[in-house]
Formats: sequence, C-alpha cells, structure tokens
Amino acid sequence: MSLPSPLRLGHRENLPFASALFGATGVFVLLIVALLVANLMYVDGAHVKAAWNSPEIIFAVKLSLFTCTVTAALSLLVAVPAGYLLARVPFRGRVLVDALVDVPIVLPPIVVGLALLLLFNQTQVGRWLEGQVEHVLAWVNALLPGPSRWIGLDQVTSITYDVPGVILAQFAVASAFAIRTMRVAFEQVDDRRERVALVLGCTRRQAFQWVALPEVHKGILAAGTLAWARAMGEFGPILVFAGATRLKTEVLPTTVFLELSVGNVEAAATVSMLMVAAAILVLLGARALGARMVQ
Amino acid sequence: MMLECRAITIESGDFLLEGLDLRIEKGQWASIMGPTGCGKTTLLEAVCGLREVCSGSIWIDGQVVTNWSPRHRGIGLVPQDGAIFNGMRVQSMLALPLRARGIRRKERRVKVAAMADRLGIGALLRRTASGLSGGERQRIALGRALIHRPGLLCLDEPLMALDSSTRSSIQDLLKAVRDESDVTVLHVTHDAAEARTLSHTILEMRDGKLKEVDDDHR
Repeated sequence: MSLPSPLRLGHRENLPFASALFGATGVFVLLIVALLVANLMYVDGAHVKAAWNSPEIIFAVKLSLFTCTVTAALSLLVAVPAGYLLARVPFRGRVLVDALVDVPIVLPPIVVGLALLLLFNQTQVGRWLEGQVEHVLAWVNALLPGPSRWIGLDQVTSITYDVPGVILAQFAVASAFAIRTMRVAFEQVDDRRERVALVLGCTRRQAFQWVALPEVHKGILAAGTLAWARAMGEFGPILVFAGATRLKTEVLPTTVFLELSVGNVEAAATVSMLMVAAAILVLLGARALGARMVQ
Repeated sequence: MMLECRAITIESGDFLLEGLDLRIEKGQWASIMGPTGCGKTTLLEAVCGLREVCSGSIWIDGQVVTNWSPRHRGIGLVPQDGAIFNGMRVQSMLALPLRARGIRRKERRVKVAAMADRLGIGALLRRTASGLSGGERQRIALGRALIHRPGLLCLDEPLMALDSSTRSSIQDLLKAVRDESDVTVLHVTHDAAEARTLSHTILEMRDGKLKEVDDDHR
C-alpha cells in the first residue's frame, strides 16, 4: 500500500486552503462543462448523421485537419530557432524583436486578417509574393499532376481567398504562441550544458542541435499542440484574408459562422462539438506522447 | 609550460579580477582554493573561453588563445554536478566531443567502450541521465571531458555534491588520471584535503590575487 502524499490536502487544518483551491478551479471547470452541455443540448443523432453526410462539413473537417497540421509544422519550423534566439542569443534590438513577435497575440484577430489582406493585395511586395506562389503552384501541378490532384492542389491558384491564405492566416497567429512557448522552454533549461558542450568541441549549431534541442522536447510538443489548437480555433483572419467560400476555404469555425448566419443552430452546435472532440483528442494524444517521451 | 595567464582582467557586473597571473607547467595539477565568490570559477571560465577577458592574455601550449572560441582550446571541462546532458544516452554523451571533431562512428564506439571500461560505467552506456546517481554523473562527466585527450583539464568543484564514499572513489579515479596521463589540470575546490591529495601546486585566491600555498601550510 502506498503512503499518502504529503502534498494531499485531506487534513482538517487544510480545509480553508483546499476550499479556495478547489473552489477557484471548480468555477472554471463548471463554466467549461456548462458550455459543452449547452452545445450538446442542440446536438442529437440525426444532426450528427446529417453533418456526416454533408459534403460541405466533411470538406471543412478535412481542410481544417490539413491546414492546422501544416500550420503547426510551419510554426515549429519558425518557433524553435526564434525561441532559441530570443532565449539565448544577446543581440542589439532583442527587446524590439521580442515585442514584435508578441504583436499577433495582442492584436484583435480580424486586424491580423486585414493586415494580411492589405499586404498581399495592396503592396508590391505582397503582389510579387502572390505571383511567386502562383508560379510555384503551376510548376508543382505540371510536374506532379497525380499527387497534386489527389491533395486538391490543382484547384489552388493563389494565396488570397484560397487555401494558402487559410494557412497563412492561421500561421500568423499560431506561430506567435509557438514562439512564446519555445522561448520559455529554452529559458527553463540551464545553459551551462551548452557551455560545457562548447568547451568540449561543439560549435554553437552543434550545441543547439545535440544538447539544447533534446532538452526541450516537451516544449516542442507543447508548442506544436498549442499552434495546432490555435489554428483550429482561428476564424477572424481567415474570414477576412481567405474568405468563407464553401468547398474552397471553409474550415470548421467558418462552418459554424455560415450555419449560424442562416439560423441553423443545430448544425452550428454539431460542428462545434466536432471541434471540441478534435481538440480533446489532440490534447490527450499530445499528453500521451509527452508521457512516452519522458519514459 | 601548458597554461599561463598573464595579467588578465575579468569584469562581471560589479565583480572584478584585475591583473591576475597564473602559470601551470605541463602535466602539473594546480588547485585553486578560496572563499565563495572570490572568483575561482570566473577564472576557470575565462581559461575555458566562456568568459570575456578585458585585458591580458591566456596562453595554452605556447599559443595565445585569449580570443579563441572555447572549442578550439582543446580543454576538457568537468563542471559542478557534472552538467549531464538530458535526453541523451550515456554513450552519446561520452561520444559528443569525438562527434564534434568529426571522428567516425566506429572509432567513437571503440573509444567510448574503452573510456567506460576505465571509469567503471560500462553498464550505464545505454541509460539516459534520469535516475543516475551523483557519483555516476561525475564519472560520466569525467569520461566526457577526457575522451578527446585534452591537454588541459578544468575541474570546477567536481566532488562537491557527493557523499563521502562516492567522493573517495571519484578521488581515486582522479588520482589515476593524474598518474597515468600527462594532462595539465586546473582544479577549483573548497576542500583543502582534496587539494592536498590531488595537487602538485595549491594556489589561494584572495582579494583578486593568486598566491601559492607553500608546503608548510598545506
């Protein structure tokens, strides 16, 4: 029989403290449960079946899963080096860069969407980038027509009001959260180990790759999960920058918006519950993976 | 002569070491003692290239290395508590200095096995850092510092966090290193008995200056 943990709050003298802890947590948990229950009240088997048979909703599920996964991967590609740079490397202007990285976190999402739209539609740099992406897409479609058709890339022609726009809008916000997470992860690791690695013959790149990176594997997992979850919930920038075109740029939050706008609350609630289920699955999966990595 | 510091000045915040001289001949073991915060570790870090030197010069094997990056100085470092790399197997940890020098995998494996055998950590090679005892960590840190056959070994209070029996066994290991190789050692410690047991020379750092402790006072 295992001994009781000294941190348990079972003793009578801890009652007021335990009440405060459980009370504060309970209020929040109750709010979440109430939200889910309210949603569930509008969902029944018939609605789920209807959603399952709806080509628009199935398209939105697939597009959401695809764009969120691409966004999470792209966010990690930026967040790992950026987090390391901000946590470890002293350079002129670091405070400014640090503040700029946080801008998408504090800006209203719709403002991010508007800024993206202005950049790609109204500036020469944006138009040039748009043109380059069109060239690349045409080149990929010509070179690999089969795979391109299979993933639907042959239908994609530009960034704005198209799938790349969805990904870019998600990336603009999700990567900021991923960078912040990676920065904290690197800051929590003692830099002495990297310094030892430098003395033992490593370059800065080797010390980063061989010593620092394995130390933050849980941070990478957390940043990837957070980026994925943020991307899944993103709506404002997508609406402005990629539009809400059915069977083209419709992701799950867009579906909720479109269904609500025509008064179909049941369908909106069903899609919301789909998103809740996806979020729970991803969070549980990430925790299970994290536990396995620790072992 | 293996290591020489000529009138080096190191500044770190409000802390200043000014005009410090140090000379350790090849194959000699020099221990630096002194009260906490007197600058022993700061000096060791400057020798390793981990701390900037404001003036003066550091010489290793007849070459001025003051502005060299740490990796080019050919030093082995054992920091306090080992600073073992998490998320890496012990064999990879031992092989790291060899891998950084571009030594092939097959040769690395042979050298790691030999070093593990010498330090009595053969059974730990496939383990990761989690669950290793303090003594095991220090053995691994010592193996990691010696595997590339450095000319200069820097030890920063390597026995500080160990219990007495582990301390004694690691001390025996350090004695063997001293007796079996011609490595020059810069050893920072608080422990006078440890310094007496291991060193050819004991230096005391006080008021920013290094002074040799003569045999009568050892």
